[in-house]
Amino acid sequence: MATDNLADKIPDFNSATVNQGGNGPVDVSAIAGIRRAKGLKEIASVIALAIVVVTLLEFILIWTHTEAYVFPKPTAIIRSLFTDFPTLYWKPLTQTVQTFFLGLIIGSTIGLSLAVLVTLKPGLDIFISPYIIILVTTPMVALIPFLMLKFGFGMTPRVIAISLATGPMVMINSATGFRRTNAELIALGKSYGATEFQLFRKIRFPFALPMIIVGFMVGSIFGLLTAVGAEMVGGGMGLGNRLIYFSSLVQMSQFGAVLVIVATFGVGIYSFFTFINRKWASWDA
Amino acid sequence: MAQATRIQITDVSKIYQTETKTVEAVKNFTESVKDGEFVCVVGASGCGKTTLLWCLSGLHPATSGTVHIDGELLTKPLPDRIGMVFQDSNLLPWRTLIENIELPFQIKKKAVNRKLVDELLDVAGLKGFENSYPGELSGGMKQRGSIVRALAQDPEVLLMDEPFGALDAFTREEMNLFLLKVWERTRKTIVFVTHSISEAIFLADRVWVMSPRPGRLSRIVDVDFPRPRDIDLQFEPKFIEILKSIREDVEGSKSGKGQ
Repeated sequence: MATDNLADKIPDFNSATVNQGGNGPVDVSAIAGIRRAKGLKEIASVIALAIVVVTLLEFILIWTHTEAYVFPKPTAIIRSLFTDFPTLYWKPLTQTVQTFFLGLIIGSTIGLSLAVLVTLKPGLDIFISPYIIILVTTPMVALIPFLMLKFGFGMTPRVIAISLATGPMVMINSATGFRRTNAELIALGKSYGATEFQLFRKIRFPFALPMIIVGFMVGSIFGLLTAVGAEMVGGGMGLGNRLIYFSSLVQMSQFGAVLVIVATFGVGIYSFFTFINRKWASWDA
Repeated sequence: MAQATRIQITDVSKIYQTETKTVEAVKNFTESVKDGEFVCVVGASGCGKTTLLWCLSGLHPATSGTVHIDGELLTKPLPDRIGMVFQDSNLLPWRTLIENIELPFQIKKKAVNRKLVDELLDVAGLKGFENSYPGELSGGMKQRGSIVRALAQDPEVLLMDEPFGALDAFTREEMNLFLLKVWERTRKTIVFVTHSISEAIFLADRVWVMSPRPGRLSRIVDVDFPRPRDIDLQFEPKFIEILKSIREDVEGSKSGKGQ
């Protein structure tokens, strides 16, 4: 019977490759393979270039007889990083990390909850979004002097500022992700009798996950910015405070070392969320 | 093969209210579908055929009039009795094919009917693709997967909203044959919306022709070609004759409204 000839595998697969242009998971393992191979090569060349740039910088500083207080030599920064790490940098690093994560956890929990709330009760978002926009657009560092008057010079004002910097970012991105969920997918779930909670867990949340991860990434970067900025304003703690301290003493190699630590922290945040995204949301490639 | 009435549509109207205007998508629609019957709904785009189907699904209630399924007034989706197939396969891209087929079972908190799922996958030619992600499947395979997902719930009624509209002509023919094969086995009651008149005639026992603005039932065509039907049916003079007459109706309803 003609109807038996259904397994149109070869022509079908050709059309599948055409369909892959938009969203949807392409062969995940293959892409991961390609990326890794490419990545190794790229990582090698990126590292090589970085070495060349740093070496060049070192020699330029030697040839031009630039004083350390004007621009510290890369070797001096690296030496300071290794020798002074336990005494000068470890403690402020832990202080920054602590406030950062505390702020991130509080901010993102509130942000994600608000996103869920405005998704389930769409009428609410016209009341909430003005404040969210204000919070996103205002640099939260600006609040630090005020918060310090209220809460003292401990961790509290900085954790609040970091929460206010990360939360709205997580909220805006998550809410957008939830809202963008394909209406037909929701209809599909409803046609099977899904409750609002099931729709959320099985359809909206996984659909929004790539956006939520992006929200966390951007929020974290804003959070780090706020953390370091707030430490520079006052309080005598953390990496930001060390930046002010070393620059006021014109200890530029130590200043450079702290800068390298802050930058590494930022790149670490970025890499972590890129990794999470590839792991949990690879279908959205 | 005339049996009990499965779906009774009585004076159904659906009005959409937008900020600027009111659209009468469906007006005073009355008809019934018998148990095990295959009905296709055709009409120009915007004639309300999809709206009608959504009214039958319980997802978008009618503005006025009633829909009864097996004599019971429809007020909300009936997940155990009505299955929906959409224009897009609507497979969740983060789930494998089999996980997608299992989704309705999970929502209903029921054990997966392995035997039925296996049988359906076999008929659909999807054996061996259970662990593929939708992005790895062709358009035809995805749509067959979504039909398997609906049929695995063993619904009495299958509502299909232009399910093959996005597929190319050859895949579409194969899908039609696949659907007839499944239907001849299971004898579900099917309401199938399409804008392809030949597809409608090829599949249906009866074709409902709708005219737009407001969407009304303008004509019912009985299609009594014997089953099982072969793809060559579409070249028979009688087939072409029906095709032409429905086509004139659909065209006429469009130009008549000053399009």
